[in-house]
Amino acid sequence: MKWTAVSVHVPIVPRTNDVAAQSATTRLREAKTMSRAIVKVNDLSWMTGGPQGSGVDSSANIFAGACVLGGLWTFGLREYYSSIKGPHSYFEVRVNSDKIRSHVNNVDVLATFDAETLIRHADEVAPGGGILYDPTFSNIEIDKVDTIETPVVLRIKARLAKQGLPGTVTGILDESRKRGINLFPINYNDIIVKTAAQIGEHQLSKLSRIVNVLSVSASFAILGFDETYLNQSIERAFASKKKVVDMNEIGAKLAYEVARSQLKQPFPFQLHPIQNQPRLLLMGVESIALGKLVGGCRVQTYYPITPAADESEFLESHGNFDISGGNNASQKGSILVTQTEDEIAAITMATGAALTGARAATSTSGPGFSLMVEGLGWAGMNEVPLVITHYQRGGPATGQPTRHEQGDLKFILSAAHGEFPRIVLCSGDMEESFYDAIRIFNYAERFQMPSIHLIDKGLANNSMTIPPPNADLVPIQRGKLIEADHQGNGEAEPYRRFAFTQDGVSPRAVLGMPGYRFWNTGDEHDEMGHIEEDPDNRVKMMTKRMTKLETAAREIPEDEKFNFFRSSKKQADVTIVSWGSTKGPILDAMKLLEKDGIGVEFLQIRLVSPFPTGKVKQKLAGAKLVIGIEQNYSGQMAAVIAEKTMIDVKNKIVKFNGRPMSQDEIYQSVKQVISNPAQNRRVVLTHGA
Amino acid sequence: MALKLTDLKTEVHNDWCPGCGDFGIEASLKMALTEMPVDINKVALFSGIGCSSKLVHFTNAFGIHTLHGRVLGYAQGAKLANPDLEVIAVGGDGDGLGIGVGHFVHAGRRNIDMAYIIHDNGVYGLTKGQASPTLQLGMQTKSLPEPNINSNINPIMLALASGFTFIARSYAYNTRHLKEMIKKAVAHKGFALIDALQPCPTYNDINTKEWYGGEDRIDPATKRPMPRTYDLESTGYNGRITADMSEDDVDKNLLQVIEKSREWGDKIPIGVFYQNETVPIYEERIRERSPNYLTEPPAKQQLAKNDGKSVVNLANLSKGLLFESLVLAQ
Ligand SMILES: Cc1ncc(C[n+]2csc(CCOP(=O)(O)OP(=O)(O)O)c2C)c(N)n1
Ligand code: SF4
Ligand SMILES: [Mg+2]
Repeated sequence: MKWTAVSVHVPIVPRTNDVAAQSATTRLREAKTMSRAIVKVNDLSWMTGGPQGSGVDSSANIFAGACVLGGLWTFGLREYYSSIKGPHSYFEVRVNSDKIRSHVNNVDVLATFDAETLIRHADEVAPGGGILYDPTFSNIEIDKVDTIETPVVLRIKARLAKQGLPGTVTGILDESRKRGINLFPINYNDIIVKTAAQIGEHQLSKLSRIVNVLSVSASFAILGFDETYLNQSIERAFASKKKVVDMNEIGAKLAYEVARSQLKQPFPFQLHPIQNQPRLLLMGVESIALGKLVGGCRVQTYYPITPAADESEFLESHGNFDISGGNNASQKGSILVTQTEDEIAAITMATGAALTGARAATSTSGPGFSLMVEGLGWAGMNEVPLVITHYQRGGPATGQPTRHEQGDLKFILSAAHGEFPRIVLCSGDMEESFYDAIRIFNYAERFQMPSIHLIDKGLANNSMTIPPPNADLVPIQRGKLIEADHQGNGEAEPYRRFAFTQDGVSPRAVLGMPGYRFWNTGDEHDEMGHIEEDPDNRVKMMTKRMTKLETAAREIPEDEKFNFFRSSKKQADVTIVSWGSTKGPILDAMKLLEKDGIGVEFLQIRLVSPFPTGKVKQKLAGAKLVIGIEQNYSGQMAAVIAEKTMIDVKNKIVKFNGRPMSQDEIYQSVKQVISNPAQNRRVVLTHGA
Repeated sequence: MALKLTDLKTEVHNDWCPGCGDFGIEASLKMALTEMPVDINKVALFSGIGCSSKLVHFTNAFGIHTLHGRVLGYAQGAKLANPDLEVIAVGGDGDGLGIGVGHFVHAGRRNIDMAYIIHDNGVYGLTKGQASPTLQLGMQTKSLPEPNINSNINPIMLALASGFTFIARSYAYNTRHLKEMIKKAVAHKGFALIDALQPCPTYNDINTKEWYGGEDRIDPATKRPMPRTYDLESTGYNGRITADMSEDDVDKNLLQVIEKSREWGDKIPIGVFYQNETVPIYEERIRERSPNYLTEPPAKQQLAKNDGKSVVNLANLSKGLLFESLVLAQ
């Protein structure tokens, strides 16, 4: 596979025939001469929000896309309600000149186009930052916005009242001004009217959707970021719809000018394009889907559920893909994506597919996995290489369907009656999850057991800029799968699907293979796969199956079981142990802690079954201070560590409000624990709207 | 080499009760397999859980004995991953019409090219005789403490409503008839159901072999029992829908299925109630999306080159997510 390198040698200079680009350079020069006033270049947290279904996601993606086109790196936090239209959703995009993996608490630029976003998030904007807003909303009373929950309304009104401010949008704006925030009124309707005139459209309602792009464009104007990137990003987003591209670009240009004209001095936050390699901007569901296809997944079954279904939809929309070097003359591969009647059908169909030799998977979330449990046991009993991608969200029951949590670890480890081996692999970010999505199929086939790729909502739905992955780093390994062209087993003895072996893994034939007839049953069985209740056979079969877990523990390389990070300071003051998508904010927080002279080690556990007991023990046993960080109430990984290693993780930082941890929360809470470990056994984080 | 009945035997001890109707279904299936133009290496039998579902262990073909009520999930998954397989699913009436009825309905919507035989004995044999969904309201079979409090499901009507494209009924002890039905079901292009009436001598003391055989009804003329089952075809019934039929004729045909499916008691029709090959099978619908599907189904795609590297062109696949740095040049 080759990635076309972009010609990165060309210096970034303005196009002389482009007035806007010219003025951009002028601004850049201005910005440089006034550099003392400028606080931050290429270090920004930008937020947009609005009613669900109003294009919040697409405006955030267009914003992030423009940044990535300008060579920058992004991380996007996506928060939404479990409903389709109306309730508030928001998207925070952090931008940096280096790779970043998390969001921060503060917002530097809040780009609003409705009153609710302004009311809810204005207090998150840091002094020196900016708010873009629609001045026609000034008189809106906070308690008239009926999508804001009463407690939130009361909280905000009390805050304003304390300062002697009215409970209106004006009150919010006054408060913000007092806090040193730059306010940028953008009359969106004016711009829409002008845009309509320019494109000759009489129906204004047809243009109402461009409002979010207008706020993106106005943001770039104050950030001093050339419009060209935004236009490119718009063209990518609406590639096939020329008219939509036109109206967005024309509107964007007008909005850019309106915002720019309000700048009396350079805004303290600036974005400057940098030269960079091509990179991917994607969400976890997309990186996992890519990994699945590369990893040979050819059947995916699913029953719709948040946040898992997006992965299946990506697979379905990329159902036919280019291959090279396969046995297929047309050089096309395809995946069969089937929406089933329920999750029981999803797991049983995927299992049936796996029996034919196809790499097969199903994706789900808590409620769906609960239904799959009996099928999981059957796959364990029959040693089927079935892959389940499990996306955790807030539980129990329907819980918080669209919110983040890591509350299913212990359930996933023990789900289904009886004892059988399973692989459980947790990924920490978009890059890792791509490779892990390939590995999980390798494990499933090599060790012939159901294998669960454990993901969380934060990883699934947040977006990140990553370098293009190299698929060749994880070759496909199919274990003891008997080659398809192997005619007959050539022995006098009949083929035994569950033949006893040293490592517990038996040569695996698939349905339809001549000479390799076999039986499966959920009952205890003999080597042929026929029901057998003999106690001696039971002991041997149980032992055979469970032995495979030891085999997996032995054969899976250490760097696939866990990551161990340490800051440059020799002596670690603290050892963090965590798993899943908290990896990102922990790594980002480590940099801040290091600046404060705190030495940090971070053990990120990825393989939970089989558990890397020896190594975890070794890393934690001598540690000065161990802090378990995870997104659940009880500290489930800490409990697993205790069970496996007898090490008690005495200090915990947990969060279970449904919102992922930020870099700042981890930075602050780790310092809090270090300052007095005995007084801070369990720190509960609560940030997030 | 022609397949013989003895080739289909396994060493496994058959633990069905003496006189169980399951023996008749097993025999009919095996006879059908020897008479059909199928490669036994491509035959995959799937079953659920129940007395009936043990059948796969007694048959020398790929045999997948799954979970209670879930046979159709496994069977459909295998068939879709490798459409070259000849997939036949079997299971109990509790299995398919009780715990698994959701899958039954949705299998009709898909219309995958496979056959499904329900062993309809009116009871939950393996759990000692509770009422199954096909037992009629008020019936009290041997081990029921009280008469059945639920109405019954009519499998023929449910199958019709669910979109099954082949619906037949037969009787376990009419092996010649059942064998023919199985051959037709397997040959049918689409999802085919056989409701196989099956006496359970141990728990169902109402719908017994003697009852089906009409031994309580002696023809005064011939002095012979008058069997309760009768062959639909012998009455000139034709349940086939063809492409050239008018809407009206189709409607008439469907009404006729409903009418016949309601006959029970002294007159129990067996035979093909309905067959409709004008509905495209699921495999064809997939092929419309993925033109290679039938030649390169999921089970037959090569995933990696000899060195293990994936055959997938990731660069092309991820094009929509790739952002090249834009360089503003003069
Ligand atoms: C989930 C689940 N619930 C209950 C059972 C217990 N069980 C085993 S067989 C059976 C009923 C079998 O009846 P049927 O499907 O009609 O098959 P038959 O024995 O009559 O052939 C039940 C309820 C089970 N195996 N799994
Ligand atoms: S209980 Fe009934 S169905 Fe089960 S084997 Fe005995 S006779 Fe057959
Ligand atoms: Mg039954």
